[in-house]
Amino acid sequence: MHLVIIGNGIAGVSCAQAVRRLQPTARITLVSAESAHHFSRPALMYLYMGHLRWPDVKPFEDWYWTENRLELVHDRATHLDAAARTVHLAAGPSLTYDALLLATGATTRYYDWPGQHLRGVQGLVSKADVELMAETTLQVQEAVIVGGGLIGVEMAEMLRTRGHGVTMLVRDRHYWGSVLPPEEAALVDAQLRRHGVRVHYETELTEVLGDDAGRVRAVRTSRGTELPCQWLGIATGVTPALDLTAGTGIDTDRGILVDDYLQTSVPGIFAAGDCAQRRSPGPGEAAIEPLWYTGRMQGETVAHTICGQPTAYRRGPWFNSAKFFDLEYQTYGQVPARPGADEASFWWQHPTAALGLRLHYRADASRALLGVNALGLRLRHDVCDQWLRRGVPVGEVLAQLGAANFDPEFFAQHEPAIVAAYNARHPDEPAVVLRRRKGLLSRLLSV
Amino acid sequence: MVALGLLALAVTAAAPAGLREPAFWLGVALLSAGALGWSWYKFGRGPGGVHHNNLWARGSTSRGAVAWATGVALTGFYVVLYWWPEYLENLIRPLDGLSQALRQRPADQWFLYGTFYTLAVLLMGTRALLKYRHSPYQRVRTASVMFFQLGFAWLLPGVLLALQQPEFYFTYFWPLKYDYLFPGGVQSLLQNGHLGAFMVGWGLIMSFVATPVLTYFFGKRWYCSWVCGCGGLAETAGDPYRHLSDKRREAWRYEVSIVYTVLGFIVVTTALLWLNTRLGGALLGRLSDEFSRTYGFVVGALFSGVVGVGFYPILGSRVWCRYGCPMAAYLGLLQKHFSRFRISTNGGQCISCGNCSNVCEMGIDVKQYAQRGEPIIRAACVGCGLCSTACPRGVLNLENGPREGRYQPSQLIRAESLRILE
Ligand SMILES: Cc1cc2nc3c(=O)[nH]c(=O)nc-3n(C[C@H](O)[C@H](O)[C@H](O)COP(=O)(O)OP(=O)(O)OC[C@H]3O[C@@H](n4cnc5c(N)ncnc54)[C@H](O)[C@@H]3O)c2cc1C
Ligand code: SF4
Ligand code: SF4
Repeated sequence: MHLVIIGNGIAGVSCAQAVRRLQPTARITLVSAESAHHFSRPALMYLYMGHLRWPDVKPFEDWYWTENRLELVHDRATHLDAAARTVHLAAGPSLTYDALLLATGATTRYYDWPGQHLRGVQGLVSKADVELMAETTLQVQEAVIVGGGLIGVEMAEMLRTRGHGVTMLVRDRHYWGSVLPPEEAALVDAQLRRHGVRVHYETELTEVLGDDAGRVRAVRTSRGTELPCQWLGIATGVTPALDLTAGTGIDTDRGILVDDYLQTSVPGIFAAGDCAQRRSPGPGEAAIEPLWYTGRMQGETVAHTICGQPTAYRRGPWFNSAKFFDLEYQTYGQVPARPGADEASFWWQHPTAALGLRLHYRADASRALLGVNALGLRLRHDVCDQWLRRGVPVGEVLAQLGAANFDPEFFAQHEPAIVAAYNARHPDEPAVVLRRRKGLLSRLLSV
Repeated sequence: MVALGLLALAVTAAAPAGLREPAFWLGVALLSAGALGWSWYKFGRGPGGVHHNNLWARGSTSRGAVAWATGVALTGFYVVLYWWPEYLENLIRPLDGLSQALRQRPADQWFLYGTFYTLAVLLMGTRALLKYRHSPYQRVRTASVMFFQLGFAWLLPGVLLALQQPEFYFTYFWPLKYDYLFPGGVQSLLQNGHLGAFMVGWGLIMSFVATPVLTYFFGKRWYCSWVCGCGGLAETAGDPYRHLSDKRREAWRYEVSIVYTVLGFIVVTTALLWLNTRLGGALLGRLSDEFSRTYGFVVGALFSGVVGVGFYPILGSRVWCRYGCPMAAYLGLLQKHFSRFRISTNGGQCISCGNCSNVCEMGIDVKQYAQRGEPIIRAACVGCGLCSTACPRGVLNLENGPREGRYQPSQLIRAESLRILE
């Protein structure tokens, strides 16, 4: 079997690795226009900040690919001939395949702002983007970032390490309003302030203004103000890369449409990662999941189907993590920005330090845990995952809270304070008694 | 200020007698104030956190001209110290007062070295305390190496000398301080009555009882990054250079082939020397002295001093610990096979960013394990905890726990069994 994979991102590479394990004799070719070798996209910011070099953000050394017989083609796929099962490349010879995986990822989403093509206006998705950013921010005093999400904060941190002034335009009332509840957002906001980032909430970009040299000189906002800047970062999300599907009969919507098995509408062609859109996502799941983790899981799953072991994509309870300047964030399960009907939410925050924990649960008799947000606290993924799969009642979660503590040794333990806060706020319920302390031993002893 | 301090010290080295003392103390004062002031300026003012900004962009920490100059200067100091101590006379004499007070004897080149070494650990330890102040693990650990260097590697041996006792280092054991258990070393200690006998007993117990027991419970880190003086210098003065360690597979191959050879060599030599003593010297004659001299030169001077510390700015801070230290090899074997220690990885949270591997001074490619959800159980790991501190996703945690299931990978990633190390 010859498997051709377009895209050497996490989805494509995870699929290639799993196929190599499942079918040791398969021929596997990875095509990528962006870089000769797979790299960690979430690590791009560390290149700009000088924390890491290019070889450091490659998850595998270069010998890895030849030793595991994974053929790499550094080229752009220009055209797909589904009838002839052939991919045409820009420079090299065409490739014929028995199975094709489209793992083409995503690109910056622009909203057709006037002036968005001026120099100094850019997104941050690719290796080329970060190189361009290093070049175009050299002479910058003031920068503006549109978008209050994860990439926006990363851009702000990058620019602040070089001392550039940064203003963020955020559409919602608070940071990442579509995802974070207000208390979490307030902690992030405090981080932004602490690091000298100005944030304009409920403000959108309306126009980019240029100078005679074709470079951005200011932006106009929905509040009618004009903010002078020499650089404008676009962080309003990404859009799936669909170019290759044109004229192939592959159904697309916002992304490449796939069924539960990550198959497209054309037999033998699959899609996974940022470019894929599921036709029927499970309840509470998004059709497009543009994350590193989901890309990895989709890549592994589709490998099984490609190798003749049809496997539906079931990612299990949601999880994600990020870091806002110095503040770590982890989330497990579903924590909506506002609790829905029949849902309740308990939030604990440290009186002085930037630490917070939210437990989101059903308000009915089961009081089953639905999700957890942690800021400044590290939680154990497998413990949270088990709680969520089993729908453990929130009282039990609190009693066992130490089992999920993944903070390093000598860190202050906040479980007693958290449990006390819960009891104080729910005087009508039987008081929760903290039964589990932090530590590996107690975890293994628990059932 | 640091530069001025170094200049003053350089002047001292060549100064006439009258100028010597003031120039020396001025140099030390400027150097200390400069190092502390700079640390506060860089790490003390802003919010705490891992801010490795421009680490690989500035020459001094990425093998640029400044790094080479620092390396040459450090190496030069070691070369002069080992082979031409007479040129250090002007630096040694100003320490006579201090040496008299502590040890009741004039200073010598080793007192100068020990004093500078301790000063470096204290000054750069303060820098590390500021830099990593957001992490209680790093705070406690840094304070520990500063304490052991000052108390057990500088004050106590000096006090022992003052009391006419052998200059004994309670924090160094066989096989690192191999001569503590060589027949010659044991015999000379035993000439010192009860205290000497206690020292021999201490050495035996530390090497063969305490080391395995402590390593069983806490891993190699109890020694390498909490107690040991070489480790102490690496964790403090070497901290700006920790990321320079070589992470490639080739480097790992060199590591295992060299470090276990050194350990094997010490074990065999110790056994032969004791056999020789039992046989009344019939076996080896005066080889014992020969050995001490040759090994002392090649491993003690060249490897641990000149290359190990002199090349900090080029090769990273743990070259000696990784490739040369027999104690690390011994502890490493215990850690790998008879210990409750491991670095747990947190389910599927790794984003393969590479920050953990970057800060690993022992050259372990930590992300290889993290991105497959496997615990990190490596003989080399000194448990400095920096990978855990630096990870932006909270993936890594140093833990002691039951040995059962110690190698168990997370169920939340299907770890691919493709080849990494062999
Ligand atoms: C700055 C940044 C930070 C992020 N941080 C996080 C994070 O912290 N956590 C997280 O979970 N996610 C994060 N993400 C998202 C995550 O990186 C992506 O979800 C993930 O990389 C998607 O992987 P993929 O394999 O689907 O696609 P990609 O990694 O985008 O790979 C697709 C590859 O295909 C190539 N390609 C496309 N078309 C062609 C063609 N026609 N011919 C040849 N090659 C082609 C592209 O050049 C690209 O190299 C971040 C993203 C960015 C941009
Ligand atoms: S363990 Fe942490 S630091 Fe290491 S690669 Fe993974 S996310 Fe990055
Ligand atoms: S693996 Fe982590 S704890 Fe061990 S030596 Fe490397 S950085 Fe330190």
